[in-house]
Amino acid sequence: MAVTAVVVIGAGPAGLAMSACLRDESIDHVLLERSEVAHSWRHERWDSLRTLTPNWMNRLPGLPYAGDDPDGYMTAAEVADSLVRYGQVIDAPVQTGTTVVALRPANPGWHVDTDQGRWRCRAVVIATGATSHPRIPTIAAQLPAAIQQLSPTHYRNPDHLGPGRVLVVGASASGIQIADELTRSGRDVTLAVGEHVRLPRTYRGRDIHWWMDTIGLADERWNEIDDLARARRLPSPQLAGTPDRRSCDLNALQAAGAAAVGRVVGVSGGRVQCSGSLANLVTNADLKQNRLLDRIDAFAAEAALNDIASDRPAPTTIATPRTEVSLAGIDTVIWATGYRPTYPWLDTALLDRRGQIIHEGGVMAMPGLYALGLPLLRRRKSSFLDGIGADTVDLTTHLRAHLDRNVAAA
Amino acid sequence: MTTTEVPSVDNGVNVAALLAAREALTAAPEAAQFQWRARCQWVYGTHARTTIEDFSGLGTEQSHRTAFAVDTDHPEIFASEDNAMTPVEMVLAGLAGCLTAGVAAVATNRGVKLQAVTATLEGDMDIQGILGIDPDVRNGFGGITVRYEIAADAPRAEVEAIVAQSQKRSAVYDIVTNPTNVVVTVA
Repeated sequence: MAVTAVVVIGAGPAGLAMSACLRDESIDHVLLERSEVAHSWRHERWDSLRTLTPNWMNRLPGLPYAGDDPDGYMTAAEVADSLVRYGQVIDAPVQTGTTVVALRPANPGWHVDTDQGRWRCRAVVIATGATSHPRIPTIAAQLPAAIQQLSPTHYRNPDHLGPGRVLVVGASASGIQIADELTRSGRDVTLAVGEHVRLPRTYRGRDIHWWMDTIGLADERWNEIDDLARARRLPSPQLAGTPDRRSCDLNALQAAGAAAVGRVVGVSGGRVQCSGSLANLVTNADLKQNRLLDRIDAFAAEAALNDIASDRPAPTTIATPRTEVSLAGIDTVIWATGYRPTYPWLDTALLDRRGQIIHEGGVMAMPGLYALGLPLLRRRKSSFLDGIGADTVDLTTHLRAHLDRNVAAA
Repeated sequence: MTTTEVPSVDNGVNVAALLAAREALTAAPEAAQFQWRARCQWVYGTHARTTIEDFSGLGTEQSHRTAFAVDTDHPEIFASEDNAMTPVEMVLAGLAGCLTAGVAAVATNRGVKLQAVTATLEGDMDIQGILGIDPDVRNGFGGITVRYEIAADAPRAEVEAIVAQSQKRSAVYDIVTNPTNVVVTVA
């Protein structure tokens, strides 16, 4: 049995950031990684994916963005490369090819059982990521076997698909980007739209993430938010990090040739049934976007940042509202219906009824357990690379105090 | 962390009770299982009378303050006696009632006083479907429009947001916009 102070599970951005902070505190630790550093960013992303945030925000503790394109958006491969470099620079003690199979209290401390043996430690940081498991509705099983079904973790590029029509289910960041790429490659694309968050790529000449950061929205704390459970469930915004900085909303997609229909609710007689509630969903998304832009306008007027006029996006219109899509000619369905991480190695008492970790700003109910790298963990920007740093610093402080108490009690 | 603030406006909706119920049922999801019931009796011709009295919920049998009866029939142009509204019009009434109750509840929750709320509903139907003339035409509505006119102490965007939220939380809106398994048997 190996012994350390802190076991960090996962060596992606969150795990590595935690390693950097623990190292600064001279806290002995190990990172257990099922595969290799930045595995998901290297192997579970499509070819054209770029970060949703501009490069200047793609920073981690001790790793400022150092490239020459601060307003651009790095590709998933570039993120993976920079994470590997980061791991080397901070000399992260990563044990690769190690899968955790159980986490149990050891009184005092914890036992982390892996397929490579047991670790004993005083604290555990779970940093396994928010997008490790695509969530695919059970309705998928009702589609004809001849149709190829993919999730965004397996989709690569248009050339990998059959020649026919494509149904993309889900219009958040993943779905809208994949639908956009397929439409531009000449495919006949139908996009099924559920609840979504609409954002323009730029507003008044600046990136929307720059605005959210500047007006303080990105820093809003988890304990200041009205309906936190709902806010944490919100899908990622309709944004793409394309070099031309164009907005990737339903109006743009339809103009490019895609058809938008409501949420997929059934499969019947060679047809996919779609909800008739799309009009309400797009109205809601437009209203919410406009409330954000109102806030930005008010801030811009105060801070004399209104040098560039408001360029508010047009209201969303749905060209031909339909409640069914014929499956004739469709040979691929892409389920971009979100992600739901699973924790089969964790005591179910630590999970809510959706199987998600119960935590207060990353601090779990049992002393010495932490979660990191989840949506809105401690602030709105926790959902992006840029939020990991501040969250990690906060949790390191808490963890340090836990270890000190632990020592005093021993 | 959940705060239950009692809103300061009165639209006749007890929002505090609704918020308390939401909190209580989050902790006890089994009590949230309700069953709604209706009993229908054929009168004569296309005329039928549906009676509604009991339901179940909060883990026990419940009943309305009194039994309610609604009649349905077909109009004279369908060679019927027009003793009552058609069942499809009752669907519109159900949708209107549900959305409007939602508007009042959401407005109260958001501190918006309502002066007047009027909804006008139109359901378009090609009756070639129900008459079996064209199998490609569905029996039900091809589409429904609901137009609200609302007088309230709030800017237009806030009123629009209230109406949008009401749809999001409406049972009948969901019933009408999404498929539901229906099993009909003969005893």
